[in-house]
Amino acid sequence: MQDILRTILLQDHNTRVVVFGTALLGIACGLVGTFMLLRKRALMGDALSHATFPGVCLAYLAAQLMFGNGRSLPVLLSGAIVTGLLGVACVLFIRSATRIKEDAAMGIVLSVFFGFGTALRSVVQSLPTGNNAGLDHFIYGKTASMVSSDAITIGVSAAGVTLVVLLLYKELRLLCFDDGFARGIGLPVLRLDVLLMGLVAIVTVVGLQAVGLILVIAMLIIPPAAARFWTDRLGAMACIAALIGCASAVAGAMISAVVEDVPSGAVIVLAATGTFVVSLIAGPKRGLVARQIQRHRLASRTRTGLQPS
Amino acid sequence: MTFAWTSLDTWIALTGAACAMACAVLGNFLVLRKASLMGDAISHALLPGIVVAFLVTGSRASLPMFVGAAVAGVLTAWASEWLRGRGKVDAGASMGIVFTSLFALGLVLLNRYARNVDLDVDCVLNGLMEMSVGEDLLVGKAVPRVFLTLSIVFAINLGVVVLLYKELKISSFDPQLATTLGINATLMHYLLMSLTAITTVAAFEAVGPILVIAMLIVPAAAAYLLTDRLPLMIAFSLVIAAASAFLGHLGAMTLPRLAGLDAPTTTAGMMASAAGGLFLLVMFASPQHGLIARTLRRRLLANRILYEDVLAMLYRGEEKDQRVTTDSLQHDCGCTRWSLSLALWRLRRRQRVEMKGAHVALTPTGRRVAKRLVRSHRLWEQFLAERTTVATDHVHSTAERLEHVTDERLRLKLATQTTGRQDPHGQRIPEEGTLDA
Repeated sequence: MQDILRTILLQDHNTRVVVFGTALLGIACGLVGTFMLLRKRALMGDALSHATFPGVCLAYLAAQLMFGNGRSLPVLLSGAIVTGLLGVACVLFIRSATRIKEDAAMGIVLSVFFGFGTALRSVVQSLPTGNNAGLDHFIYGKTASMVSSDAITIGVSAAGVTLVVLLLYKELRLLCFDDGFARGIGLPVLRLDVLLMGLVAIVTVVGLQAVGLILVIAMLIIPPAAARFWTDRLGAMACIAALIGCASAVAGAMISAVVEDVPSGAVIVLAATGTFVVSLIAGPKRGLVARQIQRHRLASRTRTGLQPS
Repeated sequence: MTFAWTSLDTWIALTGAACAMACAVLGNFLVLRKASLMGDAISHALLPGIVVAFLVTGSRASLPMFVGAAVAGVLTAWASEWLRGRGKVDAGASMGIVFTSLFALGLVLLNRYARNVDLDVDCVLNGLMEMSVGEDLLVGKAVPRVFLTLSIVFAINLGVVVLLYKELKISSFDPQLATTLGINATLMHYLLMSLTAITTVAAFEAVGPILVIAMLIVPAAAAYLLTDRLPLMIAFSLVIAAASAFLGHLGAMTLPRLAGLDAPTTTAGMMASAAGGLFLLVMFASPQHGLIARTLRRRLLANRILYEDVLAMLYRGEEKDQRVTTDSLQHDCGCTRWSLSLALWRLRRRQRVEMKGAHVALTPTGRRVAKRLVRSHRLWEQFLAERTTVATDHVHSTAERLEHVTDERLRLKLATQTTGRQDPHGQRIPEEGTLDA
């Protein structure tokens, strides 16, 4: 009991770091994810995060060859960003230059990049020094062992991403709802798209560290999708998504600090899923109950209208 | 260490090929239905199914795990479809929500209740095909069990596709039409998804998810760039799948050695990379939809249009008694010096034009061809002005495009549909009959 109180009141330094770090990540993911969802690119985070893997391995190999030590976080992260963005560029190129649709383009990039990554990973492991390179942290995350510097990295990136989203709010909104019109009034649609992908890349790469490859995808998709049931307004949706992302992160981090043997990244995602299910059922705008009621009202109104008065 | 190709390598490559072809045959329909990422979603979502099966039965036997994983896989396909249809969630997002949630659930269950179990994470991630094939051969079996399983899965998938070919085809291209023809499109969708789930599960243990995801998409996508006919597309995808398996294993054995390392890398990862390489090759070099062929075709078309524009321009110059130089041509066409030289070189070689000092002049043959073009152009202008609502000062650009695709029969028809011998700008329309003059 005392343990639980200690955790909830954030008296434990380690828990405090993890909670703050993941909460900021949740906010950033919710914000960026909102635009991705409305741009109908929800799974781009999936492709992007898988595409970071060969970058991590290549960066490790390169650093190992050049400096004799590849285990430097900034090096690994820059490798991740480079191949992540390269993957997104490949998706956009395949989609626009051939007749292959976006979903297949994402699948190609995702599987080929990640497959190449696993091949590189086993090369890294066969190196005399590479056995414990910590590359697996990038796939499964290591939330519980997050340290202050990680939380600061996440915090700075999240703040930067939020700032960019706020500054370009109007442009991004236009991009999501009517890119043809955006192009018509002279907005650089391609550059905005690249910028949005860049934001996703930053959030993803930072999140990889914290919650792992699959779960950062979840944080980009689930909170915005849940928020969509509550409102029809973009501003409100982005705020709700950020809130849900933040709340699930806090709840998940705390639960995993209290309950033994549960990975915090996974619990965070399950918390978000719980929120999603509640939103799906009870959301006032598009929730199942709300739509059922609307249908009933319409049906009864139609019936009354048909009766001779 | 030596890297000789042994019978073990043949079996590994054959197993990979069986898996790749089992996936590719379904992948054709997934790619056509824009559901390519279903394999990705299903293979991540299997984790809770496997863990729950283990917790219920307490054993690592294959059958319960297979059932558990298959249930999780079908559940993923079903839940994503339900979320999209009833929940009105974007298609990609609904898939993402379901598979990440199930994966997270699987991780929690694994860590909380099955921590001490040897569900090897490495195997789940990479699929150590080399090991699963090698173990069987070591025991002395003539044919590895994994290869048999995957061959059976391939046979089943191929059988279903052949038997239900028409139904699958129609419901993939046009679900509404399928429904009106009495084919249950929804049933077909779930059948395909269930087959995908079962294939993923069967291959998962032996070769790892990444190879499955790659083979469900990449060979079919490459084949889609090679042909417009579905049977050919399926055949091509099978060939590409098998080729990626062999090339991939070869690459896994040889490439690290080229880089100066003496251990081979994972075969599954290299097979996925090989598929990617073949896709890249097809994307550039496909005769019909390839980037090189398309650029070339566009270039040839642009050259032909320039060739004809030059002729028409020379004819107009003659009408106005103006002398035409290469400089004025380049200015009027707005083309590069190089492409103009190419067009002029071809015109001279076919004796359509001749050079008189710095001036370019039509030969009699060239004049005949040019006359036809100008006649087409002016007839179109006249037609557009008389018979449509296009304003007179806007007809030129449309006629400029149509003149290149108008033949004699169309000109005759246009002539009967228009009146007068002048175009809307007051210029004489050359006579068709005087072409030989």
